[in-house]
Amino acid sequence: MSDYLDGNAAAGALSELFAVDLTAAIAQCNGCGQTTVFAESRLYVDAPGMIARCAGCDTVLLRVVTTPTNTYLDLRGLTYLRVPNS
Amino acid sequence: MGIVSPGFTGRRGGGTDLPPGQYLTHEFPVLSAGPTPHILTDHWEFTVTTETGEKYKWDWAALTALPAEEITKDIHCVTRWSKLQTTWKGVSLDTLLADVETGADFAMAHSYGGYTTNLPLEDLLDGQSWIAYEYDGEPLHAEHGGPARLLVPHLYFWKSAKWVRGLVLSDSEDLGFWETAGYHEYGDPWKEQRYAGD
Repeated sequence: MSDYLDGNAAAGALSELFAVDLTAAIAQCNGCGQTTVFAESRLYVDAPGMIARCAGCDTVLLRVVTTPTNTYLDLRGLTYLRVPNS
Repeated sequence: MGIVSPGFTGRRGGGTDLPPGQYLTHEFPVLSAGPTPHILTDHWEFTVTTETGEKYKWDWAALTALPAEEITKDIHCVTRWSKLQTTWKGVSLDTLLADVETGADFAMAHSYGGYTTNLPLEDLLDGQSWIAYEYDGEPLHAEHGGPARLLVPHLYFWKSAKWVRGLVLSDSEDLGFWETAGYHEYGDPWKEQRYAGD
């Protein structure tokens, strides 16, 4: 038996994650480490995409670009998003 | 798939020659992916870094001492507004790069505040781009990219980096802020190159 599962096994967890209100999640900034509820980030929407930045250091936490065929989600500025288990 | 192609809407802005999918505005919308940097000209600096690491620098006095051009160009934002006959003053990249020794094919524009955008170097040359520091006869306001922004009007306006602080030249093409998030690596408005793969 291998010591890992294939990516399909993450589907359930991911669908749970994105089914919840992410704005209530606890987010840690990968730039300064500030850890706050995501709703406290600064959201820039007058732009070609949606940008959330850390209220502490302005690091880009999240980018969402919606094209006619795809949605790009960049979370590299987040160390983690923490959501309670339901 | 719709019956009408996206390009069909290109002239809905009032019959002027607009790229496909654009509408005409007389405003100057402010788009920004972050807080507006307020850079004093005393602290402003523009640096060109070549593929060998050599750096060429200009401060504000050096930039504004160079021959400047009056520029009148149409501009086209990927969010679909176009503004015609905008007037700028700035220094041609031909002037700034005249003595820069490089064989690079690509440039990454870097801005105060961290924004980046990538362009082929040849699109910055031959009278196609400027470091602009006046708009409509006034010093360029910070909200529009002042004290100085890149102006590359033949490409979608996200390529005209606000608050520009330098160019990094390289032999390979890296992608900038919007280009890494689904926007087209080149961005020709007349070919409607909005998104990756267009």
